[in-house]
Amino acid sequence: MCLGVPMQVVSVDGTDAVAEIDGVRRDASLMLLDEEVKVGDYVIVHAGFAISKLDEAEALETLAIMRDIFDPEDMA
Amino acid sequence: MKYQDEYRNRELVQGLAAHLENLVAGYAGTMTFMEVCGTHTMSIYQYGLRGLLPAQVRLISGPGCPVCVTPNSYLDKAIACCRIPGVVVATFGDMLRVPGTSSSLMEERAKGADVRIVYSPLDAVKLAATNPQLKVVFLGVGFETTAPTIAGSILAARQQGLGNFFVLAAHKTMPVPMAALASDPELAISGFICPAHVSTIIGADAYQPLARDYQRPCVITGFEPADVLQGVAMLAAQVVAGESRVEIQYSRAVKPQGNPKARAILDEVFAPCDAEWRGLGMIPGSGLAIREEFASFDAERMLPLTPELSREPTGCRCGDVLKGKITPFDCPLFEQTCTPEAPVGACMVSTEGTCAAAYKYGR
Repeated sequence: MCLGVPMQVVSVDGTDAVAEIDGVRRDASLMLLDEEVKVGDYVIVHAGFAISKLDEAEALETLAIMRDIFDPEDMA
Repeated sequence: MKYQDEYRNRELVQGLAAHLENLVAGYAGTMTFMEVCGTHTMSIYQYGLRGLLPAQVRLISGPGCPVCVTPNSYLDKAIACCRIPGVVVATFGDMLRVPGTSSSLMEERAKGADVRIVYSPLDAVKLAATNPQLKVVFLGVGFETTAPTIAGSILAARQQGLGNFFVLAAHKTMPVPMAALASDPELAISGFICPAHVSTIIGADAYQPLARDYQRPCVITGFEPADVLQGVAMLAAQVVAGESRVEIQYSRAVKPQGNPKARAILDEVFAPCDAEWRGLGMIPGSGLAIREEFASFDAERMLPLTPELSREPTGCRCGDVLKGKITPFDCPLFEQTCTPEAPVGACMVSTEGTCAAAYKYGR
């Protein structure tokens, strides 16, 4: 029930959007978001509503921090 | 899916596990971290993350599944609803098989009640709009992730002028029970893996009192194995340093202030109330009730509900599992009389339930 799924927005019409993951399309109301959402953006969809926009720069930065953590010294 | 594979990368996960091992190498005690989100519980079991942790670090599951913490008294009310002629009960699928005191929605449906599974509360609003002769009752169960979606559906129903859409509300909020668990000396929780999607709404700042007043480190992590391990490492680093702060590992989705618009919609429709939790009992201020202004959408106020006298199932230890006091394997019913095919307690029914995760991935 609490599952939120990261999906890519494929169409936007006012506060009604359609989002897709692995070929599955779902309606995703944008009513709960105050950020602008465009086609191609990633959002977390929960129970038919986009509840958060996914930040690509933050995702890449977290990965970079993770990779920095285990330098060869740590792995010894 | 974008990033998902990277956060599941084996090398990354093993590197983080080695990092965690180094981090706690000189630490003499044990640190116990509780996750309070069913999706974290599933992820920890599914990826076998406990097996990657050093001996000093222990993970326990808390009240993370909204279906699981919903007491029998609510299910009995939902069942009473679906027995009223002309009423359709619309619900997310995982409520269907949860046993009430003497029946379940699934059994009622088999007997002829109109119980329908919907994906979104807006689907229930549509159902009401297209069937004016019916009364549609949506089962409003969930934490702060779900509550704004239900609030949004009530606003949509009001905008459409619907008089036949109702919500049977039993929403619960997260930081309050976490404080209750932090105060339990028997549990000795060192810190919390904070729920991810609840936090997209309430924001990291909502956990500041836990870190400040209860001295419990709080880290909001994502669900992929690398997310969870990094979150545990961030918690362990705080414990080793004797600190207690709120940190966000899941920064790609969670902001310190959360989602102000979703919170505003939630506050417009709901007001805090006392709520009964399966296993934790009555916790003041931990629930959300429909405000007086929206009373005409409140199933409890508008429909003649006469539920049976509720009691919890005999021998079921769901309550202790939800408090992190025992693991599912310690319950005498687990895998014996209680299985996903024939669940006795709620924790075995929901896919996010600790017992269901332990049954599927635990051995």
